[in-house]
Amino acid sequence: MAFHSKGRGSHSADSKTQGPKRFLVRRKRFCKFCAEKIDYIDYKDQRLLAPFIPERGKILPRRISGVCATHQRKLTEALKRARHLALLHYTAD
Amino acid sequence: MRTYEVVFVAAPNLSEDDLNVLVEQMKKSAESKKGKIVKVDSWGKRSLAYPIKKFKEGYYTVFTVEDNGEAVTELERRFRVTDSVIRFLSVRVDEDLKRQQKLKARREKKKARRGKSRAQSRPVAQEIEGAPME
Repeated sequence: MAFHSKGRGSHSADSKTQGPKRFLVRRKRFCKFCAEKIDYIDYKDQRLLAPFIPERGKILPRRISGVCATHQRKLTEALKRARHLALLHYTAD
Repeated sequence: MRTYEVVFVAAPNLSEDDLNVLVEQMKKSAESKKGKIVKVDSWGKRSLAYPIKKFKEGYYTVFTVEDNGEAVTELERRFRVTDSVIRFLSVRVDEDLKRQQKLKARREKKKARRGKSRAQSRPVAQEIEGAPME
């Protein structure tokens, strides 16, 4: 909460700089796997894993996806297994 | 006894019969090492995310094997020798499944303690949908 109010204050202050307004509307992030109570992340489930490998082929960092540390660890392993089996790609084409 | 998942991808140029022969062969070689094949899951032909050995598709087959590791070693050796198997992966899953059950049991216990007996009788899939509304 403290972070939020501070951010808002600085935004109103730099209105004189005339640059494009950097006003990010950030949704509250949550861990998909905690929310859906997925304990075991199946490396065979392409549909579940695909959103975590965007176009470029890199694993989505958790600062963006909001996945909790425990699940990110499990997820990374599952993603790598899925890649080996050619269910997901390693690189952009 | 340990449980393994053994996935292998067979070349797409095999005929249905060839594939069946291959799967049977692999099953037999696992059983010769006293591995028990609990489940065979074939996904059929799927397109690969990237080409392997110039193939763009492959037949996926998943074995669930119960054994002490010898049958899996044998299977892996066979996969390496067989040219029509283009990719394989074996994963030990019993510990993960145990953990999954443990966590599930713990959640149910918590739920019961809260006095929400309503959700307990429902199947898991519906429970997930219902969860955010509570």
